[in-house]
Amino acid sequence: MPKRRTMLFVPGNNPGMLISAPILGADCVIFDLEDAVAQNEKDAACILVGNALNNLNFGSVEAVVRINGLDTPFWRSDIAAIVSKNLSTVLVPKCDSPELVCELAAALAEEEDNKGLESGSISIMSIVESAIAVENCFQIAKSHPRMSGLLLGAEDLTADLCATRTLSGEEIAYARGRVVVAARAAGIDAIDTPFTNVDNHEGLRTDAALGKQMGFSGKALISPAHVRIVRAIFSPSSSEIDWATKIMAATEQAKIDGKGAFSVDGAMVDGPIIKRAQRILTVAEA
Amino acid sequence: MKNRILASLRDAIQAAGLKDGMTVSFHHHLRNGDFVLDMVMREIAALGIKDIRVSASSIFNAHKILVDLAKEEVVTAIDTNYMSGAVPEAISKGLLSKPVMFRSHGGRPRAIEEGSLKIDVAFIAAPTVDRFGNVSGAYGPSACGTLGYPQADAEFADKVVVVTDNIVDYGLEKIAISQANIDFIVKVDRIGDPKGIVSGTTQMTRDPVALRIAEYAAKTIEAAGLLNEGFNFQTGAGGASLATAAFVRERMKEKKLQGGYLLGGVTGYFVNMLEEGTFRDIYDVQCFDLPAIASLARNAHHHEITASQYANPNKKSCFVNGLDAVLLGATEIDENFNVNVHTNSNNVIIGGSGGHADAAFGANLTIIVAPLLRARLPIVVEKVGVVSTPGDTVDVLVTEYGVTPNPRRPELIQQCREEGLPVIPMEELRKMAITMAGEPLVKPAGTRVIADVEYRDGRIIDQITI
Repeated sequence: MPKRRTMLFVPGNNPGMLISAPILGADCVIFDLEDAVAQNEKDAACILVGNALNNLNFGSVEAVVRINGLDTPFWRSDIAAIVSKNLSTVLVPKCDSPELVCELAAALAEEEDNKGLESGSISIMSIVESAIAVENCFQIAKSHPRMSGLLLGAEDLTADLCATRTLSGEEIAYARGRVVVAARAAGIDAIDTPFTNVDNHEGLRTDAALGKQMGFSGKALISPAHVRIVRAIFSPSSSEIDWATKIMAATEQAKIDGKGAFSVDGAMVDGPIIKRAQRILTVAEA
Repeated sequence: MKNRILASLRDAIQAAGLKDGMTVSFHHHLRNGDFVLDMVMREIAALGIKDIRVSASSIFNAHKILVDLAKEEVVTAIDTNYMSGAVPEAISKGLLSKPVMFRSHGGRPRAIEEGSLKIDVAFIAAPTVDRFGNVSGAYGPSACGTLGYPQADAEFADKVVVVTDNIVDYGLEKIAISQANIDFIVKVDRIGDPKGIVSGTTQMTRDPVALRIAEYAAKTIEAAGLLNEGFNFQTGAGGASLATAAFVRERMKEKKLQGGYLLGGVTGYFVNMLEEGTFRDIYDVQCFDLPAIASLARNAHHHEITASQYANPNKKSCFVNGLDAVLLGATEIDENFNVNVHTNSNNVIIGGSGGHADAAFGANLTIIVAPLLRARLPIVVEKVGVVSTPGDTVDVLVTEYGVTPNPRRPELIQQCREEGLPVIPMEELRKMAITMAGEPLVKPAGTRVIADVEYRDGRIIDQITI
């Protein structure tokens, strides 16, 4: 499972930023063909992002593209341009229902076939950014085997809710909780909404720490300057790593000894604990 | 002569005995705000003097009069450490029949002191001078801070003319150049435009690529085991260099270390590090901004040094030799780590060594910081157009993709790996650049030499041809 502590949005129509995207320290880059790109630049961005995917070396960085919404005339040509072996995930905006995920999945299957790629190699993440999407988010999360994550989009959601967007974020508390629960229940990633004030690093720290505390796997980012701060918050601390290492060592020993149940430091260890320890160590390897 | 204050530049030029075929010199502390070179050269031309060699420690666009004077054969040769703007552009098209002599900041005073660069008349722009001829850059309406470059000119030129817009009686606290070497003083309305002399403050970059390079560069210094008590450091005022200083500063605070000295061209950022105690001293050969000038005037640990003290290879000691690490730029770097800072990919002169080759030679760890691509051009090439700094004095290249240590430092490769830095061999880095940008066409070398590149020790190590 890919690590998604930091998912950095990069405008799809800016060649300079596209070319540097893989080296900015984020676990994932999201090439944006939707909101960051003006209507009259949609085709140019589509070509640029297609070329970036085909020519850049992403190393261990996950390449994601936010396509245009399925209610626009652009999304099918987006798919045709971006499906390639370097593309890991398509991020679909304004995705309110499981049916939309299935429609996208069918288009991806067709394009994978056209390009001779393994069927199902490209995953889908959907953005939860409307009241109806919040209510449907578990159905969306488990709608298709390609689904690998839900990303909360608080700006559009707040508008849809007729709520006021605040720094402390009480207005999105329910949506945050709902997205985390739905994603975890479906066994996929939950990604927290971006913090939109580029220069307020203290506010970013508080906001990211809240997301981590609530169970998000990572956070979407709109500025490269946010990567270092958010990566540190979503990375396991040294005491967490020590704990997880101990749990995994005890698990191995219990297997050898043929024990079903065992304890570490006086606490019972069972499936969920082992799973948590595994997750900590996976993220820590980054 | 009891009264050395003359009425005009013309009087001074005549009193100094300037004749056809002689060499005049200037310093570049007033940078692109300098009026003095322009006004002196106009006066020389007006006097009908021809065939002059101009030795200026650097040349900026403010000195574009040299193009016209070269066409009129008033100026027939140029000797400098760095050039930018209209003058090198014209020289790159064949303006001068004699090749330009490019030196380094340490090499120039060496050449003057050993006699291989003989200066007949030195014209020294002076922000303040007392009536005895003592010169200071720290005060006055055109203050520029230190006056590190013209010291050798003052000592070794046959005649020395101070050009100033601020004469005081006496009592200067900071004296850069002694009255003992001054022949004449001329007062003019303005020696320069403060806006071109220094910037207000130097801003920290927000460019994510520069910040990435800086993060890797700072980690490289730490990986090399150099970030210890008494760490001596030089870095420029450019984006990635200054940002590296910020990362280094953060680590030094975390580790509760105090560095030794900061060296080179000085910015307000250096001053902050001095005042908060992150470093103990600044040795300053040139001030880049107003906070640096103000600090020089008030802080006893902010020391003014000459170019000779900074980097003269013939001296028994110079400050570059004590550097633990230096950060330097490059227009190109090649597979042998040779660095070009003189020309761009079209073979047009856009710079010069300045202190590049000097600091690279002196520092324990010479780090070249550069993005892998500039616009659409790779900075890593098979062979640089001009060797400004030889590859055997360069230890590591840091780009946004990782670190590329010079194979002659195998322990550094190991140390960087242990620190978790992405280590990319030079051949691989070049392949990456070509994959992204394609192999650029190389402009073939010409047959006409337009400049000689002198290494700091006096050897000619390369030539620029068209």
